[in-house]
Amino acid sequence: MTPVPGEILEVDGLSAWYGEARVLTDVNLRVAPGEVVTLVGRNGAGKTTLLRSVMGLHRQVEGSVSWAGQVLGRSSADKRAKAGIGWVPDDRGIYATLSVQENLLLPPITSKADAWSLERVYEQFPVLQERRDFPGTKLSGGEQQMLAIARVLRTGSRLLLLDEPSEGLAPVIVQQIGDIIRQIKDQGVSVLLVEQNVKFAATVADRHYLLAQGRVVESRDNDSFQSRTSELLEYLGM
Amino acid sequence: MPPARPERAAYRAGPKLENNRTAPTTGSHMTAFIQYTLQGLALGGFYALAALGLAVIFGVLGVVNFSHGACYMLGAVGAAVLLDATGLGFWWALPLMTIAMFLFGVLMERLLVQWLLRLDPLYNFLLTFGLTLLLVDVVKRKYGVSGLPYPLPAGLDGRITLGAVSLSTYQVFAAVFSISVCLAVWLVLTKTRVGMIVRASTEDAERSRALGINVSRWVTPVFGFGIALAGLAGVLRAPTGSVTADMGSFFIIILFAVVVIGGLGSILGAVVAGFLVGLVEAYGQGYAGRFSQVFIFMLMALVILVRPSGLFGREEAAS
Repeated sequence: MTPVPGEILEVDGLSAWYGEARVLTDVNLRVAPGEVVTLVGRNGAGKTTLLRSVMGLHRQVEGSVSWAGQVLGRSSADKRAKAGIGWVPDDRGIYATLSVQENLLLPPITSKADAWSLERVYEQFPVLQERRDFPGTKLSGGEQQMLAIARVLRTGSRLLLLDEPSEGLAPVIVQQIGDIIRQIKDQGVSVLLVEQNVKFAATVADRHYLLAQGRVVESRDNDSFQSRTSELLEYLGM
Repeated sequence: MPPARPERAAYRAGPKLENNRTAPTTGSHMTAFIQYTLQGLALGGFYALAALGLAVIFGVLGVVNFSHGACYMLGAVGAAVLLDATGLGFWWALPLMTIAMFLFGVLMERLLVQWLLRLDPLYNFLLTFGLTLLLVDVVKRKYGVSGLPYPLPAGLDGRITLGAVSLSTYQVFAAVFSISVCLAVWLVLTKTRVGMIVRASTEDAERSRALGINVSRWVTPVFGFGIALAGLAGVLRAPTGSVTADMGSFFIIILFAVVVIGGLGSILGAVVAGFLVGLVEAYGQGYAGRFSQVFIFMLMALVILVRPSGLFGREEAAS
């Protein structure tokens, strides 16, 4: 399973509002097949809104989002999910009323070829198998994060939207999440990653978009990002 | 609510459930206690069934259905009208009215509720409140305010005597039946894929959409199902008292207390709190006469003080 040539995420002139307040202005970005791209910026820069707009959860938008050659337009979030976009929200979005295994089984499989089997999920995350009958929210923060990622991998999503997966987690677990991201990248899956932890972002990403006040102010490949990290962060006020 | 007094009076005069409030003659307090408990379970069954419907509707659609009491009333009135017009009794009314109320719910969602789903939840609250006034007045105009008679079904009109304890057969039936329905619904919700989707969407509909669940597809059947449960509770209640246009008006107030106690949006909470409130009301009626309803709201206040999101509610559900 290698990158599929047409599987490009293209965001073109995207603006977003909350009521009267404009939170994104004319954002252009692109994630190539099998590429890991991060959005870096301080709180309130519009990173989460950008992910939510791509997912179709934030509807007060202008501009266009297309994925794998399809303009998403006004299509609903469930249609986007079925088109292969996997959503890992910043609160992890684990269901308390569903068991760990039910959390995994809930989203429908979107691509049989790419979908992780339950066996593979359990092999990769043994703790989820151990706790499969527990309510989802009885897991630790790190385990919930694993579950949220495993849940979209099981559907065979080809583009993952990860919102701050390292937030509040122990270094060991952050490393483990880094391993998973590299592994799914090898599988040809694209990742759009929102990350405050810049050091972590630099270990997994190919490119970075720097966001400030709802605009993309810089786009850098990982090498030039790493060599000037502190200067860029200062520029963003981080 | 201006005519609060007559409603309450009608409500209290209504249920034959209070028939059991005879002083314990054999001097056995245990007998009285068992009778009150059964009464409470029967009463709780009505609340649990209806609150279960209210909870899934709120969870999946985000609609607080104020017309739930009116739908409960329609179930009971429908059963009485069915008997009067066609001679079909309780055993027919139970399935027929449940199906009819399901269809009524589907129509209500398709014709009215769906158009307001995208707006502030207050709009659907007002819509269903308005619908309640309309339905109650239509029934009043057509069938009067004095109430329609509904006999106890044949075979369930006797009493079961176990030693010193004498219980109304219908109450035993109502308690067992509603517990069975709650269990059946529980099994469907916990053991099937549809149930899993409904639970997930009840917890967080937006998140379920983002995970590829077409929540909209389940909105209409879930609404119909919730209304059907209210109707079923109404049919079940019909033989225990007079069937009046106002019987839902007080019921909905208790129902909201049930939902607050159980935790808004919690399915398990609705059922547990339903039976809990039924028991509190029955013990209240048995031991403290006219203060019985006070205890329900004292319980509600206590729960809100200790656990603002209800017994089974999560913090998110409260915010």
